Amino acid sequence: MNVETEKVKSFITKYNHKKSALIGILQEIQAEYNYLPKQALIFVSRQLSIPLIDIIGVATFYSAFSLEPKGEHIIKVCMGTACHVRGGPKILEEFERKLDIRSGHTTDDKQFSLDTVACLGCCAIGPVVVVDDNYHAQTSIRNVDTITKKYRKKENKNEEHK
Amino acid sequence: MVNVKINNLDVKAEKGWTILETAKFYGLEIPTLCYNEGLSVYGGCRLCLVEIGEKPNTKMVSSCSYPVSEGLVVHTDTKRVIQTRRMMIELMLSVAPNSKTIQDLASKFNVTQMRFKARNEECILCGLCVRMCAEQMDGKAIGFQNRGHKRRISTPFDVRSEVCRLCGGCMYICPACQLRCHGPNPDTDVCNACLTMDPTCIDTYDELQCWMYDAGRCGTCVREEDEKKEANKEINKK
Amino acid sequence: MKNTNKKNSLGSLKKIIKEQKQARNAEKKITLTVSAGTCGQARGSMEVIDSLNNTIKQKKLEDRIQVKVTGCHGFCEAEPNIIIQPDDIFYQHVKPKDSKDIIEKTALNNEIIDRLLYMDPSKKEKAKRGNDISFYTKQKRLILGDNVLIDPTDINDYFSIGGYSSLVKTLENLTPEQVIDTVKSSGIRGRGGAGFPTGAKWEFTRKAKADVKYIICNADEGDPGAYMDRSLMEGNPHRVLEGMIIGAYAIGANKGTIYIRDEYPLALQNITLALQQARDFGLLGKNILGTGFDLEINIVKGAGAFVCGEETALIASIEGKVGEPRQRPPFPAVEGLWRKPTNINNVETWGNIPLIIDKGADWYSQIGTKDSKGTKIFSLVGKINNTGLVEVPMGITLREIIFDIGGGIPKDKKFKAVQTGGPSGGCLPEEKLDLPIDYGSLTEAGSIMGSGGMIVMDENTCMVDVAKYFLNFLRDESCGKCLSCREGTQRMWEIVNKITEGKGKKEDIDLLEELANAVKNASLCGLGQTAANPVLSTLRYFRDEYKAHVIDKKCPAGVCKDLIKYTILEDKCTGCMACIKPCPVNAISGELKKVHSLDQNKCIKCGACYEACNFDAIKIE
Repeated sequence: MNVETEKVKSFITKYNHKKSALIGILQEIQAEYNYLPKQALIFVSRQLSIPLIDIIGVATFYSAFSLEPKGEHIIKVCMGTACHVRGGPKILEEFERKLDIRSGHTTDDKQFSLDTVACLGCCAIGPVVVVDDNYHAQTSIRNVDTITKKYRKKENKNEEHK
Repeated sequence: MVNVKINNLDVKAEKGWTILETAKFYGLEIPTLCYNEGLSVYGGCRLCLVEIGEKPNTKMVSSCSYPVSEGLVVHTDTKRVIQTRRMMIELMLSVAPNSKTIQDLASKFNVTQMRFKARNEECILCGLCVRMCAEQMDGKAIGFQNRGHKRRISTPFDVRSEVCRLCGGCMYICPACQLRCHGPNPDTDVCNACLTMDPTCIDTYDELQCWMYDAGRCGTCVREEDEKKEANKEINKK
Repeated sequence: MKNTNKKNSLGSLKKIIKEQKQARNAEKKITLTVSAGTCGQARGSMEVIDSLNNTIKQKKLEDRIQVKVTGCHGFCEAEPNIIIQPDDIFYQHVKPKDSKDIIEKTALNNEIIDRLLYMDPSKKEKAKRGNDISFYTKQKRLILGDNVLIDPTDINDYFSIGGYSSLVKTLENLTPEQVIDTVKSSGIRGRGGAGFPTGAKWEFTRKAKADVKYIICNADEGDPGAYMDRSLMEGNPHRVLEGMIIGAYAIGANKGTIYIRDEYPLALQNITLALQQARDFGLLGKNILGTGFDLEINIVKGAGAFVCGEETALIASIEGKVGEPRQRPPFPAVEGLWRKPTNINNVETWGNIPLIIDKGADWYSQIGTKDSKGTKIFSLVGKINNTGLVEVPMGITLREIIFDIGGGIPKDKKFKAVQTGGPSGGCLPEEKLDLPIDYGSLTEAGSIMGSGGMIVMDENTCMVDVAKYFLNFLRDESCGKCLSCREGTQRMWEIVNKITEGKGKKEDIDLLEELANAVKNASLCGLGQTAANPVLSTLRYFRDEYKAHVIDKKCPAGVCKDLIKYTILEDKCTGCMACIKPCPVNAISGELKKVHSLDQNKCIKCGACYEACNFDAIKIE
């Protein structure tokens, strides 16, 4: 993964080279590359004079960050209490079966990453599944297939247009 | 100076002292594990717990990090303290049953049962190695990663750290595992230099430079280049 | 938007507030207020808004009817919902195709559309006005109520309901000490969960001597199932800001931070906009309203760590470090952010401040119980008919909330337990339904008030599974520093997991209790200290269920996979074949119109067939 140091530098400048803004800077990098590339972390370490081990500590502590590249589409199944009581775990299991991956991993074709999220605050419409930024309300086991097909179709459409 | 009451004894303590420092000064023994006089306080092992306050509003705090204040009442060996301390030891024991330090602790406090499934790991995440590396050796080569039950200590990206000077300080200070070298295993071992250092120390110095007790027995560092690359790949896949 | 880029004085701001209030009162247009918070949008409120706007444009009715996009109205079950002013007509489950009827019939001709009215599940009658709806009747929506009145992206709308007049009153008439006295006398306690008296906290921070002080708004609402703060931040961000500015003035802080969860993008958007608008109007920055008081507030985003809702972990996170709590004392009021005196309060707490200043401490302290004053917002979710955000006076009973406001349990199932306080709280059974909601009684009963999550559970919820759920959450979210919390939650989870798999032994229950107490005693921070509550409360009230799992190897609620069996009821199966395709392991076989059969050896208990069957022919036992 080619990390343009200029881009990462712009994030650091945006936060005024403040050491305390490390988390904010990492969030920008995560949003840009869909994960935290090794070179980016080493670059930030040098620019901000923060020991690399401390940056890794922060990068691995918070769930928002990933050291591994994520898939094209990120599926997050809400595992909040209300969604759990309404059958959330069964939805997650169905995704795991349909995509053939465990939660926290990415499919081999790099299309989908499956994750859980603690609570999205949309308990009234649970069980909730978010794909990229799209919220799906009252997901049922049947919906899982529809959802994965919908996003796969999007990919195929994009491929055709190329 | 502040007036403090420890185990019903009225004593005086310097302002800024912790309960542990005060107790030590007066010869009162409180067990510790992650505490070391030459390193910063961490308060993670929860072995040094004491009970403070007056009934019924007492609470338990780690004496290594709790500062004394005027009129503080401390009890180091109440029933609650002893029961909790024994559970802490039992938890530690089930993580690292083969550690001599923890076995000694268990026998000292008569913890004779281990009701949790043994994990046979060696690290109890006391953080002494991290603080040793950072504070005493000015290395900052190893540190805590992840959180919760996935918490561990390693180098960045689980490869040999550029700033690791192989001083062996981490091993010297470790109470549980003595960081025995088992060969390349990023999940449980800290250094991994045998796999990732290039050229290896045995090529450079014609002699092993690391302080790992069993170093060199697995022969990883003298393997051929391709074999090493294979081994590295295998481990990164996991 | 008027009045941008002009810094106001107290006098000019008072004038603006007056003008906006007058404009609101003089409003002649019929207003269609659409609830468009995150949930509303997920249910399609934006499409409804577009449709309404298009219809109005088509019919050239812009001078008679307007659409107002607001934040969450609180009655999530009814969304997308519309409130039509000035008659306060409430329509639920609105679809884009309803816009024609709504405009032609109701807006123009005062005709009520029956199909869009809310039907009370127990009374079986329809309610026309918002206030008649049983969901709202027993509530006291002092804080959230304003959500239905304003567009959260327009500060002028906030002015029009008298917004920022409490700030004016404070800066004009009250000294910082007077403000603190008022807050103290009101009796308000922190709404984030711990319930520490807010006035006392402010006083400690004020008294601490330092060259710089900070205030922080804790918007890291991490309790799963709780979303009150999200709704307030999305729907009325200025109210929170007003509270913060008043607080900063009282404490003597010149810098503030709002720490907001990463998972709340709309709330982040609205609060960022609100901050900018406040700055533009001279309500933030240097020399606020000409009074010489400076305050700058910035936003810091969380990065997905529940433990960062804990004060000292939050501070560490703002400082760019991992969210590891630290020893208190010293308390944040004395040594907090960057080792300076810091006052941290929850979103809802800040939201109460303008009200307390406006109406006074005496008025406020009349609401609630002896030691819990004011109202509290709860997110009533789970197995409940009227899901939503409810704001009630302290002292109301759980029964009233769940049955009168919540409309009871769906599908006539039996109530089993209500969980309050998130992962730090506990589950309360039926015998506790008449408990008054206040800090003391909830703690005594084995739970806590918490931030306001209230999850209702019915006969199909397994309490051992609930304990396992919370332990799984906690072992992931623990920062990992304390042995007791890190190892303790892991081991407690292992034991409960074993029990749900049918491998539990009687000694396991005793060990679980012993370990739970040790974790409670030995941990450094609130997360660890309360980590045992889900286990201890379910053991206290539902021990029989644990015993059933351990001794009888049965799961009475029919949840724990290894202890249940899915069977096809021969007398109910119609042979429709609906369950055959969804089965991921092809465990069901059968022909059309013939009773199907389920191969137990293949069944993985996924529940797909149960969901697919329309004839209740699949039984879980």
